[in-house]
Amino acid sequence: MLVHISNWIIPLIILTVLLYGTFKKVPTYETFVEGGKEGVKMAVSLLPFLLGMIVSISIFRASGALDAFVNLIDPVLSIFNIPSEIVPLAVTRPISGTASLSIATDLIKTEGPDSFVGQLASTMQGSTDTTLYVLTVYFGAVGIKKMGNALKVGLLADFVGIIASLFVCYLIFGS
Amino acid sequence: MVNIIWVALAAIGIIYAFFNGTIEEVNEVIFSSAQDAVALTISLVSVLVFWLGLMRIAEKAGLLDKLAYVFRPIFTRLFPEIPANHPAMGYILSNFSANLFGLGNAATPLGIKAMHEMKKLNNDSIEASRSMITFLALNTSSVTLVPTTIIAIRMQYDSMAPTEIVSSTIIATFISTIGAILIDRYFHYQRQRRLI
Repeated sequence: MLVHISNWIIPLIILTVLLYGTFKKVPTYETFVEGGKEGVKMAVSLLPFLLGMIVSISIFRASGALDAFVNLIDPVLSIFNIPSEIVPLAVTRPISGTASLSIATDLIKTEGPDSFVGQLASTMQGSTDTTLYVLTVYFGAVGIKKMGNALKVGLLADFVGIIASLFVCYLIFGS
Repeated sequence: MVNIIWVALAAIGIIYAFFNGTIEEVNEVIFSSAQDAVALTISLVSVLVFWLGLMRIAEKAGLLDKLAYVFRPIFTRLFPEIPANHPAMGYILSNFSANLFGLGNAATPLGIKAMHEMKKLNNDSIEASRSMITFLALNTSSVTLVPTTIIAIRMQYDSMAPTEIVSSTIIATFISTIGAILIDRYFHYQRQRRLI
């Protein structure tokens, strides 16, 4: 059921935006092109970040170090039925956006996008943001020196997000 | 932090390869993975251009403002310290709507403006106010309707259903956002009790 809803969400958003834009007399096509140019810039500016991180993670995987790490923690995690491949992603998600995106990419590539780990990695990557980045950008920009509970709250929320992703993926995709 | 992660992954990998006898594999992957990254970026272009183009229409048509209007009653409760028609509230709402549509680039400047306004409300103190912490908690749990980047990556690796993770992502986001709000509230009241 939920998988079907997934298929409907994007086409429905597109339909709503196009019809509403036309109704509001927005020059739709020209506006689309203008916004699309920003997409090109964004993807291109992402390239060096992704490339550097993906190479580094691929070295880590190809050397066998990643498997060694996963095997090390597997006995503990299998008690809770958690796939240990996901741990590197869960750990880096709050710390670095590009690192976690690269790890998620690596998981989707090696485990397959439609495997349980692939679906879990996709959900985890999409459902929370990089706490450390958000904190540095927003507090840095306005010169807040004392963060109070912000870091604690952010990291705990990430933890909730990770558990939620696991739970939701088991419910929807099963395994 | 990202520097340490980046170097550690590569350095540990190369040193481990020495002992594990996998230096050949490592050597090969350095170049093939760089190529992978380029191919991935190209597939990202397709989705980002389409989505950002579409969202520009939504922005121009005023859909984002409409959305902000819908969420206003919830947000005035979430931020009791901010007067309902203060500019800070407006920026917080537009930041939220931009995030909802996956417009990270548009959301960041709005978020910074919201922070500026909240700092003014807090007598320009260098300490984080209660509203700021709530705002950050909301932002780190990131409410996104369509995880565009992930969909592009799934397409790149031949997923049979690249968008099937949309519903799981929305539900997980929803739970983590509720979690973030509850955790934020818990710490706030705990701190208040200590002050009394």
